[in-house]
Amino acid sequence: MAHSGRRDSPELPDFSLLKRLARDQLIYLLEQQHEVDKLYKVEYKPIISTSDQVCFLIRPRIQTVKWIYVANADKAAGKFRRYKIIFTPQKFYACEAVLEEQGLFGDVTTDEWAFYLLPLDDDIISLELPEFFRDNFLAGDQRWVRTVGSALHLLHSIYGPFSKIYGIGRCAKMAYESWKEQVEEGDTKARQAEIGNAFLIDRDVDYITPLCSQVVYEGLVDDIFRIKCGCVEFGHDVTSSDKSVKVMLNSQDKVFSEIRNEHFSNVFSFLSQKARNLQTAYDKRRGMDIKQMKTFVSEELKGLKQEHRLLSLHIGACESIMKKKTKQDFQELLKTEHSLLEGFEIRECISFIEEHINRQVSMIESLRLLCLLSITENGLLPKDFRALKAQYLQSYGVDHLLTFANLRQLGLLVEQQPGETLTVMESKVGKLVNDKTAGKLTDAFSSLAKKSHFRALSRKLNLVPKSDEEYDLRVPRDMAYIFSGAYIPLSCKLIEQVLERDSWTGLEEVTKLLNGHEFAFTDLRAKSDAQRIILVMFLGGCTFSEISALRFLGRERGYKFIVVTTAITNSSRLIEALLGNKV
Amino acid sequence: MMKNKPDEEDYWNSSKFKAFTFDDEDDEFSRLKESKQAVNSIRSLVEEEDDEDEVEKVSWSGEPVGSISWSVRETAASNQKTQREHAFPKINASSPSVSRSHSGYSLSSLFKGDDWSPEETIHRMQQGKVVSLERFRSLQDKLLLLDFSVRAHDGNIITAVILFTLTSIIRVLFRELESRQTALRHFIHYLTEIRDHRLLLELLSKRRDFLKSCLNLPFSPEESAHVQDHYTLLERQIIIEATDRLAEHAGKVEIFQKFPRRASILNMPLITTLYYCCFYHYNEPEGTYSSPLNIRHTFRISEKQYFVTVLAARAKLKAWSDLDALFTSRNWLGFTKKKSPLSFHRVVDILQKNSAPTQVLQEYVGLVDDADLRIGLAQKHKCHDIVINTYRDLKDRQLLLGYRGKVERGSAEERKINDLLDSPVRKRRNYDHHHHYQHVT
Repeated sequence: MAHSGRRDSPELPDFSLLKRLARDQLIYLLEQQHEVDKLYKVEYKPIISTSDQVCFLIRPRIQTVKWIYVANADKAAGKFRRYKIIFTPQKFYACEAVLEEQGLFGDVTTDEWAFYLLPLDDDIISLELPEFFRDNFLAGDQRWVRTVGSALHLLHSIYGPFSKIYGIGRCAKMAYESWKEQVEEGDTKARQAEIGNAFLIDRDVDYITPLCSQVVYEGLVDDIFRIKCGCVEFGHDVTSSDKSVKVMLNSQDKVFSEIRNEHFSNVFSFLSQKARNLQTAYDKRRGMDIKQMKTFVSEELKGLKQEHRLLSLHIGACESIMKKKTKQDFQELLKTEHSLLEGFEIRECISFIEEHINRQVSMIESLRLLCLLSITENGLLPKDFRALKAQYLQSYGVDHLLTFANLRQLGLLVEQQPGETLTVMESKVGKLVNDKTAGKLTDAFSSLAKKSHFRALSRKLNLVPKSDEEYDLRVPRDMAYIFSGAYIPLSCKLIEQVLERDSWTGLEEVTKLLNGHEFAFTDLRAKSDAQRIILVMFLGGCTFSEISALRFLGRERGYKFIVVTTAITNSSRLIEALLGNKV
Repeated sequence: MMKNKPDEEDYWNSSKFKAFTFDDEDDEFSRLKESKQAVNSIRSLVEEEDDEDEVEKVSWSGEPVGSISWSVRETAASNQKTQREHAFPKINASSPSVSRSHSGYSLSSLFKGDDWSPEETIHRMQQGKVVSLERFRSLQDKLLLLDFSVRAHDGNIITAVILFTLTSIIRVLFRELESRQTALRHFIHYLTEIRDHRLLLELLSKRRDFLKSCLNLPFSPEESAHVQDHYTLLERQIIIEATDRLAEHAGKVEIFQKFPRRASILNMPLITTLYYCCFYHYNEPEGTYSSPLNIRHTFRISEKQYFVTVLAARAKLKAWSDLDALFTSRNWLGFTKKKSPLSFHRVVDILQKNSAPTQVLQEYVGLVDDADLRIGLAQKHKCHDIVINTYRDLKDRQLLLGYRGKVERGSAEERKINDLLDSPVRKRRNYDHHHHYQHVT
């Protein structure tokens, strides 16, 4: 069912090297440097141990460092205990300052494990830094900029050199500069590049895509079951037994790899067909003689059993998905989202959202819808904002005042200022684009909170296909299929356009609407045959829907995309990161 | 370079210059009004040390170097400028000899002594090499460090430089940070993470307006109203919780026996509280704290929201007559009519989710205005009468005929359809010249 790409599609590089490098480094650290023989998971519970040396492998978070000290100080009172802390991917001065400040009993040594990149699949690499989003975009803390630059540098030195780097976004630009510096400091060995180009994009360039409900299979599974590090846990409602099972979801799962990018409406029929085929293949054994049976058992049976197991899992998952979504009036929810994207029947959408809040359906989902409304409509009308906010607080509690403050700061949920209706904003922008002092526009827009210009962007980039023609989801004609034909993801469209033009030329109006910070860099010395293998780096998170869209784009245009992301994200994770009750 | 340490000790211990510590209540800095004053006091000391022959001039832009007070004036005046990071101060980085960093904490155990300039130092930090930050004693050096760190975009280094400079000139730094928004963000984030409430509160009370834009603190008048409501609600919840818990234990109130409370009502959101009261206290007079009507009026809950919640609660209890009463209103002639602030198809939806019986559903499906929607719902919930009546009104024999197959054989509905089909009234739609009457036996 996976659509075959063009015959000239390039091959992906092998990323298992990254895993091996990281593992070797860790083993060295643990064995040689620190003589560790047992590792425990940090669970914020007191450590009970008889050894006089305890080693921690942690992310550089102040909270964790504090806990290490606090939770163990009492236990170690009077007892001489040595602590070894291995920070990954790197140490932060702030963590060390905390260690100093606390004046630990005994001895503390610190070390770094430079583990940046975890390949989740053949074409997905994650930095596993979900905190990147909140740290960078909400708190404005640039602590991870160098980390990202280093990750890029690592990829560049092993699989590069890159001949072209494009990007858009404040953080993308800083990461690019950090990468450039690291390249200049190091020595670039001449090698045959396996990745030719790179594209860096900030999450806040496109907030809309991650806020939409996902309907491609992998996206749906993530939305409902939460995929962690390429792994998902299916409960008894999927396995139809009292056990739950943990499954790796990647291209090794032959069934999954065929349905992962498909629109959900196609998946069930595909799986049923496959189940029928499987039954046929299995029934073959009826007419066999002993010799044939032996061959069958030794060669085919194992594969069939494996396929059978996977099939029943995914069929079970589909059934569970369908049950849940029917219960939640998924159809109506999608209709509301599509209307918002199109800009159609907005008052009905607002009514729907209001009722959703009134009925206390889901705290996260209500916020998601509010944000989608705000971004597509360039802010809520003051009366709507006040009413919906009041009702939200009434339904879910007044501590969400902080959540609202956070969302306002990011520009995700804002009130329209008087005189700032869509047309006024657009004309302001339009005028300034032609103005010689267009640079001033960038300054005015360069605050962390951005104003959304979705409708204008949508028109310029044709993000919302015309709804008069029927959209055949079985034979998708563009990336909009990942949202049932209603919307082409902005992030992916930008990538498509820039690659097509090989620059940002002709996209000036678009970049102004996106607050600028776009860049393109060509290294003529690094010309290679790998021009069609493109690394796309999402700073702040990437959804499975976007990955599916890029795979589609790749098949269409003969590219191969490698998605590198600070973490996999979806609407729930994005909103949860912004809830007001966290540190 | 550091030749005059003993002098520094004297200077340090003099009353003129006291370093800031986290424990220091009586900090002299708190009495300084302008950063200029602080810097001027430093400046005079710098000028005293003029006999230092190792004066490093750092003029990275090639332009003539200015004086310290000039640069500080620039900084103080640039509160309006937002992107400070593009305009480095032109400073004469003279030999650092002025203040000694307080030893409350120091990163010094990790660093060794060396001879790098601020820019080179930051560059070395970027490469992960060891540096000595404590060499940089003067304000201008610290600010240079800060500016170069911001230019490097590396949050880890920005925070480190702030931490380093923190100990000796906290308030001066803060004023400098005001015009360096990127650095300030990092500082605030660090404070949030170590939860140094004291310091955060000090900053808050001193520069509330400015921080508001960084932190986006709530509590506008409108938001204060929300917080006030929250407290009023909490007070009520305490009373309701206390009363209900007693009643439940006493075992005399039926509803608590039938539907034991699963959790305390304290700290629950308003709507949850309303639902609870609609469930357990529906028919109470409006004067009580737990009366749903009282809650509705006190907290200005909209009619729509109120109806949604009552509906959910009473449907759960299968109290259909309560719903009937809720929707019925009497006009001045005494005729009753059903009205609803939310559309009836939503009502049906909520009822159905609470397993309302078909007769009840039927009644509300019948109230849906839109004919297509009504038919769709009626078919979905098997409200046969409605479908039959609607088809009858549409005068559509075909549809009636088709629907007969969907009802139970021998049921009242089937008989009704047959009666209608037999009806002698000529139907315009399916007029058939060859139609003969069928006699039902």
